Amino acid sequence: MIPSAFDYHAPASIPEAIALLSRFGESAKVISGGQSLLPLLKLRLGTAEHLVDIGRIAGLEYVREEGGSLRIGGRTRESVLERSEIVQTRFPILLDTARVIADPLVRNRATVGGNLAHGDPANDHPATMLALRATVVAQGPNGERTIPIDRFFTGLFATALAADEILTEIRIPVPPNRSGGAYMKLERKVGDYATAAAAAQVTLDGAGNFTEVGLALTNAGPVPVRASAAEDVLLGKRADDARIAEAARRAAEAASPTADRRGSVEYKREMARVLAVRALKKAVERAGGR
Amino acid sequence: MSRHDIQLTVNGAAHRVQVESRLLLVHLLRENLRLTGTHIGCDTTHCGACTVLLDGDPVKSCTVLAVQAEGSQITTVEGLEQDGKLHPVQEAFWENHGLQCGYCTPGMMITGCALLARDKNPSEAQIREAISGNLCRCTGYSNIVKAIQSAAEHLRQQ
Repeated sequence: MIPSAFDYHAPASIPEAIALLSRFGESAKVISGGQSLLPLLKLRLGTAEHLVDIGRIAGLEYVREEGGSLRIGGRTRESVLERSEIVQTRFPILLDTARVIADPLVRNRATVGGNLAHGDPANDHPATMLALRATVVAQGPNGERTIPIDRFFTGLFATALAADEILTEIRIPVPPNRSGGAYMKLERKVGDYATAAAAAQVTLDGAGNFTEVGLALTNAGPVPVRASAAEDVLLGKRADDARIAEAARRAAEAASPTADRRGSVEYKREMARVLAVRALKKAVERAGGR
Repeated sequence: MSRHDIQLTVNGAAHRVQVESRLLLVHLLRENLRLTGTHIGCDTTHCGACTVLLDGDPVKSCTVLAVQAEGSQITTVEGLEQDGKLHPVQEAFWENHGLQCGYCTPGMMITGCALLARDKNPSEAQIREAISGNLCRCTGYSNIVKAIQSAAEHLRQQ
């Protein structure tokens, strides 16, 4: 399959890339790893007159801790995230997530920024970033701005990024002690989108009560879903099985999946509940809660 | 519709070619450079038959634009053999019958080589994880895993 014709641009700097995007407006698409965009163009589900490749811009691939945040460069490949020591030792939820995105070959090209900026509610990083209460950094003609992840996803394949903005960084607050997170995904086979998946990030106090909870669902509606009612059930309460079960029921109520070959609405909602239980229990265990 | 003059190194040989923006890396390799060992299977980023090494990393060449490979080092299955001698992974696929129809084999071997370049002593689970983006419809994977294990053993003894 061959995409329809387009012009390709490989700017060497962020200002150069923004200038190209400003010039071409809606007729341009940013290409990062291209692992979502190229299949879309090949299948001709989408078209672009101009592709602006940010792959030649130096300094957009990094994973480091700075100023109380984990900072992930917008063009960081999933394979680099997976191999990052700080991710392996301190952000198990990110490792869980990266490992179930597509397959290892795709992860050698696919990027974390692309996974978010594509705006696909079936992608895996959005739920994780909601659970972690991440902030997205965007650069455009007027400089840099930060977008809280809760305001980033605006619709199906739509984000808060303007046509002339580039996602340059993801910032995740470094969790305090006694924190843990997990991402649990049900997929029919390696490389498939989630039938259902849940991301949980929690912090406990000395008595084993939740002081912070982030819970979000993948592929459970037109945008990634934060299960706010479920978070409220847990905040300030003991991390026990009954509470977790109740929170997971609330999370499933927040899911509005669509039926497809992966299952019916009822099945997917039930799987969202089951995975929310598992993600919360694993997060609590990793926080040292049991 | 822009055209680009690109330079890249394929199996150690430098090439300078003019490509259309939308040309896929797999088509550049197979049609422009006539390296047909890299196969096109699903053409939808699933099967891994088109796997090549791009600067050492195994990637699906049906999902990379040729122009994105400008300045890169590419290794295809044709580049595994050195001085008339098969790569240990190729030898091991032969000895362990790690193939039946052979369609997935170039991609499988490229992924196997990349894994062993990183880790000469992978567990069976790590091997299965590494090849999880390469689909085989014949073998049931057992002999492919055995072949990679056997190549790993050979490389450890070198």
